[in-house]
Amino acid sequence: MTITNDILLAMNGITKTFPGVIALETVDFSLKRGEIHALVGENGAGKSTLIKILTGVEHPDSGTIEYDGKLIQVRSPQYSQEIGISTVYQEVNLCTNISVAENIMLGYEPHRFGSIDKKKMNAFATQALKKLDVQIDVTQPLGNYSVAIQQMVAIARSLEIASAKILILDEPTSSLDVHEAGRLFEVMLKLKSEGIGIIFITHFIDQVYQVSDRITVLRNGKLVGTYATASLPRVELIAKMLGRTITDLDQVSKAKLTGEKVESRESMLEAKGLGLAGALDAFDLELNANEVVGIAGLLGSGRTEMANLLFGIDTPDTGSLKVKGKKIDRFSPLESLENGIALCPEDRKDEGVVGDLTIRENIILALQARYGWFKYISIQKQNEITQKYIQLLGITTPSSEQLVKNLSGGNQQKVILARWLATNPQVLILDEPTRGIDVGAKAEIQRLVLKLAEEGKSIAFISSELEEVMRISHRIVVLRDRKKVAEFPGDVNDQTIIQTMAGNS
Amino acid sequence: MKNQIPLLKRIRESRLFWPLVALFLILLTDAIFAPGFFKMGILEGHLYGNLVDVFNNSAPLMLVALGMTLVIATGGVDLSVGAVIAISAAMGAVLINPALGYKLITNDILTKDITNTPLWLIVVADLAAGTLCGLWNGFLVSRGKIQPMVATLILMVAGRGIAQLITNGQIMTIYYTPYFYFGNGFIFGLPVAIYIVAIVFVIASILVRKTSIGLFIESVGINAKSTYYSGISEKNVKLFAYVFCGFCSAIAGLILSSYVHSADGNNNGLNYELDAILAVVIGGTLMRGGRFSLLASVIGALIIWTFTITMYTFGVPANALLAGRAVLVLVVILLYSDYARRLLNKIFERKGSQHGTAI
Repeated sequence: MTITNDILLAMNGITKTFPGVIALETVDFSLKRGEIHALVGENGAGKSTLIKILTGVEHPDSGTIEYDGKLIQVRSPQYSQEIGISTVYQEVNLCTNISVAENIMLGYEPHRFGSIDKKKMNAFATQALKKLDVQIDVTQPLGNYSVAIQQMVAIARSLEIASAKILILDEPTSSLDVHEAGRLFEVMLKLKSEGIGIIFITHFIDQVYQVSDRITVLRNGKLVGTYATASLPRVELIAKMLGRTITDLDQVSKAKLTGEKVESRESMLEAKGLGLAGALDAFDLELNANEVVGIAGLLGSGRTEMANLLFGIDTPDTGSLKVKGKKIDRFSPLESLENGIALCPEDRKDEGVVGDLTIRENIILALQARYGWFKYISIQKQNEITQKYIQLLGITTPSSEQLVKNLSGGNQQKVILARWLATNPQVLILDEPTRGIDVGAKAEIQRLVLKLAEEGKSIAFISSELEEVMRISHRIVVLRDRKKVAEFPGDVNDQTIIQTMAGNS
Repeated sequence: MKNQIPLLKRIRESRLFWPLVALFLILLTDAIFAPGFFKMGILEGHLYGNLVDVFNNSAPLMLVALGMTLVIATGGVDLSVGAVIAISAAMGAVLINPALGYKLITNDILTKDITNTPLWLIVVADLAAGTLCGLWNGFLVSRGKIQPMVATLILMVAGRGIAQLITNGQIMTIYYTPYFYFGNGFIFGLPVAIYIVAIVFVIASILVRKTSIGLFIESVGINAKSTYYSGISEKNVKLFAYVFCGFCSAIAGLILSSYVHSADGNNNGLNYELDAILAVVIGGTLMRGGRFSLLASVIGALIIWTFTITMYTFGVPANALLAGRAVLVLVVILLYSDYARRLLNKIFERKGSQHGTAI
């Protein structure tokens, strides 16, 4: 036994690119024996790609993985399990309709006289769960138990069957209540004492501080750093996640200052006590013409929920929404479209583009929805509109008949923007419009947003990058724990915002 | 050069290319091994021959395939089309029944070539029944959020029962000759059914290409969520597709019952759902939805019947017919697999480049 080598896993210089996106850029990550290592970062930071590479779902373009002192190539998910790397996902991927014992032993059932030895299997499963201090009837179907118990079962399976040395917990607490999470932490600490390395992915900052030994922060596919939890103050952690050092006080851009000179602003959208149980607490919000309102908050703070409420994807159960003084009664995207509200959704691929349609078809989609089924926009007019926006937004493409799925992320985002601009909206809600696109395109979109505001549109700009929000917003709304907690003028000190986001105001 | 994509490649990438190739191959086989296949003649003022039969026989399938294309393009499937055909046929037969409304029914009345219901009313009732069925399916799928296969399975099973309820469990023979016109009549020497298909095809094409419905259907089929976020009622788009499919199936039922002079709840339109799906797949529309071509599906239906009649011509016994069809399905599936596509593209490209250097 080598005493010196307490590094269980070392990933060095991992790079992974997808068409048009650099998911990971020379990222280093290490895990010690008996360590709980928190992996944090906003959406799209590269956490899941890193895990996928470790578990063999994706293969890195370059970089090495050293496991237990040996260089390895993780060829497939099966291989990673064989060598003792196990993952427990947020949504438990076990079969809820078969018994707990069968779930734990699936594929490794003890046999007796050619058939499964149920007695032995149940005894083994009970024993395995007992080690985690879980005492339940293992013959019951898994679906009869809570998600928390199901996770314990998944962990038991990882430990007993796969004899895991590394346990990856991917957002394990997001569907657990405080008590259940506490129970999970006890188990994590117990496993830690047995020498198992745990990678803990979460967006709950509190929990990071509750159990982890070290923290690795990723941002935009790059490694920000690995820190000992005890020596990294909470505010600093958030600053690192958001790409902002505390002392960094760069200036608000010029374009924004010109926008701020406009005196009286016309109210475009007014939410009063708008809220939906389970999504976002009641909030007041006013969006005015010629103004960019930044919406900042950590992942899970209710940013997208706010966008969905304003755009009518979700129907609020309290409060009222007025557009230019007119109260909205029915909530649906079509209703919003007709009232001049537009939303560029957060999930570009799932909620934004229609991949197999051409750029032209994607751009006219919302306008055509407004015209209805039978007032078809002539092909000539469609081409005019498309050409106009390809030029206006600088969409890089050989032709307007290109399928949107073949475009880069930035160009796809511009196509969605074009789709909405074609409907001439008064209020534009942009949910993470710059996520996953390269720096150049990012700056372009930011400039465009300011220009649109100057032209009289009212813009709500949601971003996980505080820097970006601060640069272009005239007002900043801060969300925390599904609540609107504060509203600041655009020239607010970034420290104030970070403190507010972290919750120690 | 203005045209960057070579003509050959453009043709090859057209939706109609592979279906047409398949049809051509079947016809070529006929030309070589059964020259009699193409024999045409004029009998009593109208055209007859295998080719006419192909068109006439495939008319109901073409109609169903038109509806099925739209449903599949939205990412769904309609398994109930055969049952809807049976319902439509049953409606027709019951309404024609001259004894309708009479208390005392004798065989004498039943077999008379008369009806008390105007023909237009029979047609309207038929189509209304089919449309209603489509509405039911559409509501289950779009409002009930039930998986299309499961939702339409309900009517697939229940529909035949409904058809039997309508006809009181009997196979109803139709004696009213004007009704036979749809399945057996001729206009300018060609079967009436062909004209019906042509009219429905033209209307459908105008609907999907000259209004935004086609775009919406494709958009829903590719990404329903994005479509919804763009302000399009994805529910109504789906509803429309199922209603249209029910409508088309009803017309098919009308033609089929007119063709066989009877309504049989158990056998009218049997297995039509599978043939229609096959026709759509041969036409190159993906089962997961998205891009579609109505014409390609019509050609798909034509292929199925050309193949069937070819087998009859070769004297393949009826009980071996299904096995023959299985071969057709297998070939089609293989041709459409990604692997075969890549292989064929490679072959074509190599030939293309040789061609290029030769010039």
